[in-house]
Amino acid sequence: MLLESKKTGVGTGRFEAWLPVLLLALVGASLPLWGDSFFGLVATRVCIYWVLVAGLNLVVGFAGQLAIGWVSLLTIGAYTASALAAGRVTPEIPTFFALGAAGLLGAVFGLIAGLPALRLRTFYFAMTTLGLSTIVTQIALAWKSVTGGGVGIPGPSMPVPLDSPWGFYFFCLVLALFVTWMTCNISASRYGRSLVAIRDAEVAAEAVGIYKPRLLMAVFLFSGALAGFAGGLFASLQSYITPDAFTFDLSVLFFIAILIGGRGSILGPMIGTAILTILPDFAAPLVQWSTFLYAVLLLAIVLLVPGGIADLLDFKNRRPLDKHREIRPRPELLGQILTAPRKSELRLQNIVLSFGGVRAVDGVDLEIHTGEVHGLIGPNGSGKTTTLNVISGYYTPQEGTVSQDGVDFTKEGPHTRAAHHIARTFQTPRLIGESSVLENVMIGGNIDASGTFVESLLALPRHWRDEAHLRENAMAALTIVGLERLAGVRADRLQHSELRFVEIARALMMKPAFLLLDEPAAGLSVDEIKRLGALVTAISKQGTGVLLVEHHADLIFDICDRVTVLNLGKVLASGKPDEVRTHREVVNAYLGA
Amino acid sequence: MLVQSIITNGLAVGAVYALIGITYNVMFSASRVFSFTAGSVGMLGGVFGAILIGQMGMPVIVGFLLTLLLGAILGIVIEFVTVRPVLKSLDQHLYVLSTLAAALMIQQLTAIYFSTDAVPFPRVVPIESGFLDQKIWLPILACVGTIVGLEYLFRHTLVGRAFLAISEDNYAARALGLPEQRLRMTSFALAGMIGVLAGFSSGQLMFASLANGPLLNFYGFVPVALGGMGSNRGAVIGGLLLGLFQQTANYFFGGVFSSVAVFVVFIIALLVRPEGLAGAATARRV
Repeated sequence: MLLESKKTGVGTGRFEAWLPVLLLALVGASLPLWGDSFFGLVATRVCIYWVLVAGLNLVVGFAGQLAIGWVSLLTIGAYTASALAAGRVTPEIPTFFALGAAGLLGAVFGLIAGLPALRLRTFYFAMTTLGLSTIVTQIALAWKSVTGGGVGIPGPSMPVPLDSPWGFYFFCLVLALFVTWMTCNISASRYGRSLVAIRDAEVAAEAVGIYKPRLLMAVFLFSGALAGFAGGLFASLQSYITPDAFTFDLSVLFFIAILIGGRGSILGPMIGTAILTILPDFAAPLVQWSTFLYAVLLLAIVLLVPGGIADLLDFKNRRPLDKHREIRPRPELLGQILTAPRKSELRLQNIVLSFGGVRAVDGVDLEIHTGEVHGLIGPNGSGKTTTLNVISGYYTPQEGTVSQDGVDFTKEGPHTRAAHHIARTFQTPRLIGESSVLENVMIGGNIDASGTFVESLLALPRHWRDEAHLRENAMAALTIVGLERLAGVRADRLQHSELRFVEIARALMMKPAFLLLDEPAAGLSVDEIKRLGALVTAISKQGTGVLLVEHHADLIFDICDRVTVLNLGKVLASGKPDEVRTHREVVNAYLGA
Repeated sequence: MLVQSIITNGLAVGAVYALIGITYNVMFSASRVFSFTAGSVGMLGGVFGAILIGQMGMPVIVGFLLTLLLGAILGIVIEFVTVRPVLKSLDQHLYVLSTLAAALMIQQLTAIYFSTDAVPFPRVVPIESGFLDQKIWLPILACVGTIVGLEYLFRHTLVGRAFLAISEDNYAARALGLPEQRLRMTSFALAGMIGVLAGFSSGQLMFASLANGPLLNFYGFVPVALGGMGSNRGAVIGGLLLGLFQQTANYFFGGVFSSVAVFVVFIIALLVRPEGLAGAATARRV
């Protein structure tokens, strides 16, 4: 058992998470031994760019927001630091404070630049960041009293030990290391997983209680602060800045470095940043063509290797999986993660929901009790999934209420359901293909963790406690559904039936008082359906109320304590399985003779 | 005099934005793809005109037709290289990246082989400027002509109706046996022609300049985003209003203010109504 879990690669996560920091430290610290001062200059620039890109990576690579105009924040940081240090707005301010101010203003503008992402779709958001970068350049040109207009202003000069080229280099290297360490922490925390969930499985992310706006705001603040700070360093490196220094080409470099590196990776974008920064410097004739080359690279990446460098380096997931795998759930272990919830009931009253002229749900009443399996059946289009979506908050009904023990939460968004311990699975499994099975399951424990974003950023004790706790629970949940051997495998390599069980494991992480299963048996073999039935029964025995939407009549009548039949959005019949099975209208409308 | 100049300039610039907006729309309707290349194609219209007529000394009509032809070819290349390969996974929005790459390539090639500075555009019509100069009425005429042409195409020709069918319901149209791929390619060719027409007709107003690429890209997108993607009426009305507003703000408050104002209004309007002021709400997600 122990040996096997090692083989799946779960145990090696720690080392891999730290690899970017180690690599950067090794290469960076040894640079003066093998490189000349020109190398040092280029490497300084790589470090500064990486400070920005590392933050942007969380926005683009993890959260999947296409922020292509991030040079605007570099510009803002550069001018803030320079203008403050030169005393153009206030009396002259020491360089370090000016850099701090640059970071602060960067954070504010990061939030402003990011706000549209909370509502707008991809291309629209890309456009707004593009528009912002154009405007920032125009303002830099026009606001002569502060920015010096087209003439420019000198950048902040560093205090004594840091004013030599190598001194400044090591200062930037230490910062780059610190930033890498922080983003590695985030990447290995529930925040990193949540960001990826927003990117690849937004609907499922909401169901486990991830609130996109708050999470994105935190990331935009952090990324903006790093960009602003990098701007201050950039101004110091340039020693003199004009608006010409902040061309859109830089934005393109940052953005493409991340895509070349690979989404959701830190090592990849770090290598990408280094390559793109160094390339034109060491091939002088290329300078003119650098943007063109970046564009060609971008196109090639998009069309040929969407996974980027990180994908090429991912050897672990190329090992073939065992072809004949069996899912053997172990319901007897459910007690490890499920504690009997207090008795309660979930009540739907007179729910009406129409789409245009179609009344998809037309006055449905439904009561689900903890400790019971409640089947919801009916022909296609009878409103089963829609009812589920009303309970999970994806739809707000035009009439009627959804309440738990009298607490009405009809109009609250889907991310609030996790706090009520209402979990669900989806008709087509919604998992994060690029994350490991274990990570997918850990997502489910999101509301169980208590550490803040900053605590994870700095790897404070609560972050470690949360991680250990989530990991342990997720392994237990995977063992219960019988997939612990696949914990370290990328979710997109699994078979369809396995994905269904991973979704159940994820739902179990929420310690559900109510578990909504949307056609969990679809696509499963006969044996698997039997095991699923046993698992569902065991879950309800632990005290969880299960609402089971299914087409497999055998399964429904085998395991349900109560069955409700929908037809054309209305309740056709409801009661004990035996009563429903012989109900004449049900037989006519759905079951057949 | 002043009011007149603001209005005429505003309408002329607005007509160019409207044309770029229509370029976005024509590409979008046939493929559900937003393309970053709209502005760059517009920019190339001016560049082609300046090269063919201004530098190579071709007759205006030959230069114009050749520009249109090049625009059509460009549109087809864009479709073939950056759109077709990523259509299979539309939900991943890879087209944002692939079309961005194409736009960057166009911009960079222009910078290297043409010029990074604005180059004057030759006079197109050999007449004296009367009540209105041709730099004003040419873009407006191009815009009106395009609208009339598209109306005729969509309402009175079989190809046009096929376009409408594809943009209305891609799957149903394919089930009916419409050659979706060929129609998409044609629509990109058409979009390329409308794009270069925008740049060509506004050559004397905005010069043949590399900087027009990103500029047109953004200001052409604003009316489309606000008017609802795919709506040509929204693009034209929005484009003209944007042009008028910009010229007015330019005169009274200066260029920076007008850029900032447009940007702020754009963001706020989209935050309030992400689907556009005249657009329809989004479809179901779960």
